[in-house]
Amino acid sequence: MDAVKRYFRSPAAVIGLILLLLVIAMAISAGVLYPRDPLALAGRPLIWPFSNPRFLLGTDNSGRDIAAQIFYGARISLLIGGVATVIAILIGILVGAFAGYYGGWVDNVLMRITEAFQTLPNFVLLLVLVAVFGSTLTTVTIAVGVVSWPAPARLTRAEFLSLRNREFVQAGKTLGMKDVQLILGEILPNALPPVIVYASVVMAVAILLESALAFLRLSDPNVASWGNLIGLGRDVLRVQWYVSAIPGIAILVTVLAVSLVGQGLNDALNPRLKSR
Amino acid sequence: MRILSLAGRRLAASIPTLFLILIGVFLLLQLAPGDTVDALMAQMGGGDAATAEALRKFYGLNLSVPAQLGNYLWHLVRLDLGFSSIYGKPVATVILERLPPTILLMTASLSFAFFFGLVFGVIAARGVNRWPDTMISTLGLIFYATPSFWFGLMAIVVFSVYLQWLPPGGFEDIGTVQTGIWRVLDIAAHLVLPTLTLGLIFLAIYLRIMRASMLEVLNLDFVRTARAKGLDETHVITRHVLRNALLPMVTLIGLQAGTMLGGSVVVESVFSLPGLGRLAYESVVQRDLNTLLGIVFVSALLVISVNFVVDLLYARLDPRIAAEG
Repeated sequence: MDAVKRYFRSPAAVIGLILLLLVIAMAISAGVLYPRDPLALAGRPLIWPFSNPRFLLGTDNSGRDIAAQIFYGARISLLIGGVATVIAILIGILVGAFAGYYGGWVDNVLMRITEAFQTLPNFVLLLVLVAVFGSTLTTVTIAVGVVSWPAPARLTRAEFLSLRNREFVQAGKTLGMKDVQLILGEILPNALPPVIVYASVVMAVAILLESALAFLRLSDPNVASWGNLIGLGRDVLRVQWYVSAIPGIAILVTVLAVSLVGQGLNDALNPRLKSR
Repeated sequence: MRILSLAGRRLAASIPTLFLILIGVFLLLQLAPGDTVDALMAQMGGGDAATAEALRKFYGLNLSVPAQLGNYLWHLVRLDLGFSSIYGKPVATVILERLPPTILLMTASLSFAFFFGLVFGVIAARGVNRWPDTMISTLGLIFYATPSFWFGLMAIVVFSVYLQWLPPGGFEDIGTVQTGIWRVLDIAAHLVLPTLTLGLIFLAIYLRIMRASMLEVLNLDFVRTARAKGLDETHVITRHVLRNALLPMVTLIGLQAGTMLGGSVVVESVFSLPGLGRLAYESVVQRDLNTLLGIVFVSALLVISVNFVVDLLYARLDPRIAAEG
């Protein structure tokens, strides 16, 4: 309860939470506010924002409603960001827990692999994965998750290294608990908070990675995503710059919200570090 | 010498990593639909199965996967990255042609982000929780959340379309042939916007780390000693705090080298710079897998070399590291 109180004492964290709830509300209400397909033709192309009450944010190059694409885009960004983060954190915890708990050659092998993933620029690896597996919503989400796990793995490993020789773990060992029980039931719950907080960073980066991929037209072209719209607006950038500008602001706000909430959680859960 | 051997040992340790990456990506690319011959045939406008078979034999694609991998690695040891059927040149040549703009862009962005990150970080830490700090920290958060390609596009709208101060893209002016200092100035003008675009997110990261690091060091005992012996504040900061606070910043360069290279893929595409990142994008679109694999190798090599330099710098900044060995 203390943590909740501390969270709401920070104005930045509260602003972040409000923004995040706003984006989530957009994603939920998209179907109700814009029941038609957001990628269907809606009106004349390139109507400026605020000039036609039917299209509050105007229309894009091919006459599709920008506002509808922004609302549906919130779904895509949150979906890809969320699922990719879960994938990255799960792989990270698995690798980090084994490496940190067992040490020795297991640690050596796993850390070598982690290092390999960190040496290769993650966007280049993302390009390779997309080149191999194609760019549907599912493959892109998994690919973003697969390139994002090394940092959570290192974090989990560090936590496990510092926890594995504590008294409560040794007590568990003398009680005859199995390794899996110790890892999942005893150490992991204690190692989890910093990893969960770090998930916000992973999610922010995941949203940015997907939007960059979509901007390069290498993500799923059949869904209304913010990155796709920015890439589309690039063709009419010189005059109708709003087509690219609007979805960019949506990405900025979402990533900002996720980072602020993450920072707020961090400060609330580790109050002693806050004074720094 | 101690420093060199220390950094050299780290360098040697990264060779297995390099092979791990290459073998992994090589096997991964085997799963890709279509191979070099398919791409080549498509470019030739089609052909019969016999020609395809002959070409596969010529490129060694009819061998088993382990044999192909062995072949590739054996060629690689002699710095032969294979042949790009799309560009009609050896991959190594294609990559070498594209390397200078990327290295220039990365160096410029890194310097920009490092310098301003340092300055803003120091200013923020000096006035912690007062208005300069709040403003700088808020700006940092916003920069961190800004998608680089979007910032690039908006910068083009403002500085190239409306104000017409800077060129919207390209590496140099192709219309006029320039030499000497004018060419340098021309390239510099073309690189201003890409540098800002790529550097923005790193600026945000650096200023945050610099601020935290300064606050940490400012609390240490030797700073109190320096103040107690009557040094003025500027002296304390520049001579005593800065050098110690710089260590995490330098570590970050190594950690972020890969991210920066990945970011240049997007930035080079926005500003149509003929660099390595754009080549990576083109080879994905054109299914030029040989070139893609070559880029994977070169980017891993780049990251490893940056880390090598960082190790050297690190030991230079903090003599204790070399001494403990």
